[in-house]
Amino acid sequence: METVDTSLGARPLSPAPRGGLHRFANPGRFLRLSGRVLPWLTAAAVLTLGIGLPWGLFFSPPDWQQGETVRILYIHVPMAWLAMGGYAGLAIGSILSLIWRHPLADLACRELSPIGALATALCLATGSLWGKPMWGTWWVWDARLTSVLVLFFLWLGHAALVRAFDDTERGARMGAILALIGAVNVPIVKFSVDWWNTLHQPASVTRLGAPGLHVDILYPLLVCALGFTLAFMALVLARTRAAVMERRIRALELAAARRAEAA
Amino acid sequence: MTRKSRRLWMLLLCALGLGSATALTLSAFQDNLVFFRSPSDIAREAPTADRAFRLGGLVETGSVVRETAPDGKPEARFRVTDGAHGVPVTYAGVLPDLFREGQGVVTLGRLGPDGTFRASEVLARHDESYMPPEVADALKRSGHWNPNQGGPPPAATWNTLEPASAQPRRGS
Repeated sequence: METVDTSLGARPLSPAPRGGLHRFANPGRFLRLSGRVLPWLTAAAVLTLGIGLPWGLFFSPPDWQQGETVRILYIHVPMAWLAMGGYAGLAIGSILSLIWRHPLADLACRELSPIGALATALCLATGSLWGKPMWGTWWVWDARLTSVLVLFFLWLGHAALVRAFDDTERGARMGAILALIGAVNVPIVKFSVDWWNTLHQPASVTRLGAPGLHVDILYPLLVCALGFTLAFMALVLARTRAAVMERRIRALELAAARRAEAA
Repeated sequence: MTRKSRRLWMLLLCALGLGSATALTLSAFQDNLVFFRSPSDIAREAPTADRAFRLGGLVETGSVVRETAPDGKPEARFRVTDGAHGVPVTYAGVLPDLFREGQGVVTLGRLGPDGTFRASEVLARHDESYMPPEVADALKRSGHWNPNQGGPPPAATWNTLEPASAQPRRGS
């Protein structure tokens, strides 16, 4: 009972390191800490999106040649950043999980990938909706669009792979390896518009020199990006908490069943 | 060497191998990864006459002629340029809304024996600048930008411009 309570599922907590990263591997401590952070994170996300979305979607000016279609940007760009930034987070979690065998990193990665896939899907869908009236096509196989589609498949593949094993630890190991192999795609997505000519336009915000957006469009975009990032983090944190609790319940039930069997 | 540091070195080694393999593959396929070819590429090495490819560049100022074919379909003739070279293009069909002189386009088609590119598809390309109509008008009025001649001036000269004032800030 005691050993079950402090571990995540079947895996006993590695006994040696009490400090360092494994300080946060204690699920009880994680639940306490994240429980305190989560309401603030959620409130910050709701507040920021409550300002950013109306500002972008209704009160910001149209573009001189795109007209109102430019407003798709306020969803599309944050989702694209989250698709890539979230994947960088997945890669870091996978390193923690592979090298340090950090059990919470396993769980966080498992709960991160469906949200990452959702962000990437929204990025692709909004981009397509913008492409039809602006470019004249829903889709082209240029380097940027293709590499983002690959990123989407990597997210989906990770989400499916970690759930495909009966042994959850094995699934996490396989998922981490896939995530790290797929990490080569992130710089390709980012720099595809610079390395090769594409139909997709080059970066406007994160380029050398001044951003190519007028501040009346740039500021609401940055607020929306911050809001979606906070919401993304809140979702992943809430899912990870739920997963930790699920594991605990399962461990308790197993222990109870074992006790009942012994009695 | 502990197991942890062995795993760390393994991972670094794998990352190095995978990274260089990807870099080599991408540079080997460099020519196939470009979405379109520029008029300068065509001038340097013209593709064979019956091979379809994409030609991209800016629509040359003053080159657009819109006509109606005998069967009532819209037709357009224009030149695609990258500054150094230009290629004449003909296209039958509806042009995208963003199509105009000075705008980036990507066209799919074949190069005819007379050096004219017969396009079956024209896509407009958007550049990386976004500005409210008032700012674009102010830039045009003050003579700092003629959209028909290409992209806007450096973003630092206009991205904080108050739409009310007609004069953009000088320099960057």
